[in-house]
Amino acid sequence: MPIDVDARIISNTRLSRDYSVVALAAPEIASLAEPGQFVMIKASAGVDPLLRRPFSIFEILRDREGAPTGISLLNKRIGVGTSLLYDATPGGHVGCLGPLGRPFQPVTPPAEAWMVAGGVGLAPFVTLAEGLLANGTKARLFYGARTGSDLTHVELFERLRVEPILATEDGSRGTRGFVTGPLEAALSATPRSNDVRVYACGPTPMMRAVAKLAASYGRQCDVSLEQVMGCGLGGCYSCVVLTRTPAGPPHFVRSCLDGPVFDATRIVWDALAH
Amino acid sequence: MNLSVSIGSLTLVNPLIAASGCFGYGVEYADVVDLSTLGGVAVKGLFLAEREGHPPPRIVETPAGMLNAIGLQGIGVHRFVREKLPELRDRRAVVFVNICGTTIDEYCEIARILSDHEGVAAIELNISCPNIKQGGITFGCSLTGTHDVVSAVRKVTPLPVIPKLTPNVTDVASFARAAEDAGADAVSLVNTFLAMAIDVHTRRPKLTNIVGGLSGPAIRPIAIRMVYECRQAVKLPIIGMGGIATAEDVLEFMIAGATAVQIGTANFVDPFLWRKIIDGLHAYMTSHQIDTLATLTGSLDTSRQATAWISS
Repeated sequence: MPIDVDARIISNTRLSRDYSVVALAAPEIASLAEPGQFVMIKASAGVDPLLRRPFSIFEILRDREGAPTGISLLNKRIGVGTSLLYDATPGGHVGCLGPLGRPFQPVTPPAEAWMVAGGVGLAPFVTLAEGLLANGTKARLFYGARTGSDLTHVELFERLRVEPILATEDGSRGTRGFVTGPLEAALSATPRSNDVRVYACGPTPMMRAVAKLAASYGRQCDVSLEQVMGCGLGGCYSCVVLTRTPAGPPHFVRSCLDGPVFDATRIVWDALAH
Repeated sequence: MNLSVSIGSLTLVNPLIAASGCFGYGVEYADVVDLSTLGGVAVKGLFLAEREGHPPPRIVETPAGMLNAIGLQGIGVHRFVREKLPELRDRRAVVFVNICGTTIDEYCEIARILSDHEGVAAIELNISCPNIKQGGITFGCSLTGTHDVVSAVRKVTPLPVIPKLTPNVTDVASFARAAEDAGADAVSLVNTFLAMAIDVHTRRPKLTNIVGGLSGPAIRPIAIRMVYECRQAVKLPIIGMGGIATAEDVLEFMIAGATAVQIGTANFVDPFLWRKIIDGLHAYMTSHQIDTLATLTGSLDTSRQATAWISS
């Protein structure tokens, strides 16, 4: 059952001109959250913007005893809502509704987990990495961005025993080019007998390419999709994704209830808005 | 304090009804609100058959509002009575089933099926969805069409029949009169305003469907005016809606002439708003020494205003 809290902003750490990490006091939501779930954020009390915005739960914040105290969001300034959040100051409040959505299922050993993130698509993987660590699952993070300064929180993943494999389009950090380059190299270098599950989040063309690669190497792939979302609870039918059905034509399903995590083979990629 | 209101033979515990298209099939919200504490739940519009609706993007925000062009994606009436109605019944929801058709026969067929199942409180006729090419609004934009579909459905069901009117006409009051003449038990208004938004950088419409329906606080003053006009024109109970988000908004609609109200877009922003609004109504009744909320309906005092310009 989701909870709506008027969450105090603990901190807002700017990472770059467009990215910030917003920490929110929300212990109930933090204690309920599962890997890859999201919250709906209302950054201002007024009617512009009117609707909430969906955000992956980035980190679960804990006190010294390890008890959940809140969550953080990885925010990229794009429109009105995300700009308000980028400029938000500690002590202020935002409406925070959640946790919502179908979570990632962390695999267990001997399977390995390979997370593939593009830019702000890193957001759902901290909670997944914590779940994998708890299972003792070997994990890698293939992480791509336009430039090196956009690659953030790599050390956090290292602390969670995740092996980072980086790529930037300008070659300023890691491999030059898209993250799918090192991913394909790793897929082809890994014996089929090793069980590997791929988890992807990022721009739609990236997720589509990752899904295709995973399928061609016979690996199961889960993708976390971001759609324009009105309510987050299944009421409005705006966040739909066209999915294949076992028998019959493809069918629109709500990404807030059936997702945001989907088995990549279900997605009709041509129908997905970029 | 008594918050109950009557729509024909139906008594609702309070005037708050979840608006069709904004509350799924009701069951999606059972975790956040006890459905039996609402005056009613108007479920997502149903055709006879399942429908996929429009490709996304289906919504876009505009100042103090949003446009939607969902295209009435839905599971069809047969799956509804099988998969959703039993749970709604168990949860003691007062279910308003919103129905759509491309022909009068389709409306009648759906109404007959619903009349055979326990747990349906009323039928809301969707003759006003602006987002589909066939059916619905073709009836809602013609006085004879409105009359014909209402009187046909009236003949095939003992359930209250409530046509939902479009504001995309010159004189909505004349449509309320057509509905009343045809035997409707109430009217609900307004559906969304046909509207459009464009991305100037790409010069593309922001919705796949190009046009969509505007809802939210932006439309509230127009909706209030339309409820007021209909109150002058008909004796039927009016279910008012359009941008309601607070108890004060509910009161405004009731004073303008609504017996009950529907809440849609605001539920997206705050799915917990129902309790807050009920508390707000109680507070108002206490401070204004009102025992029975229903006495507010149509209580607008225009004695000090010139009203000659109002068309009726």
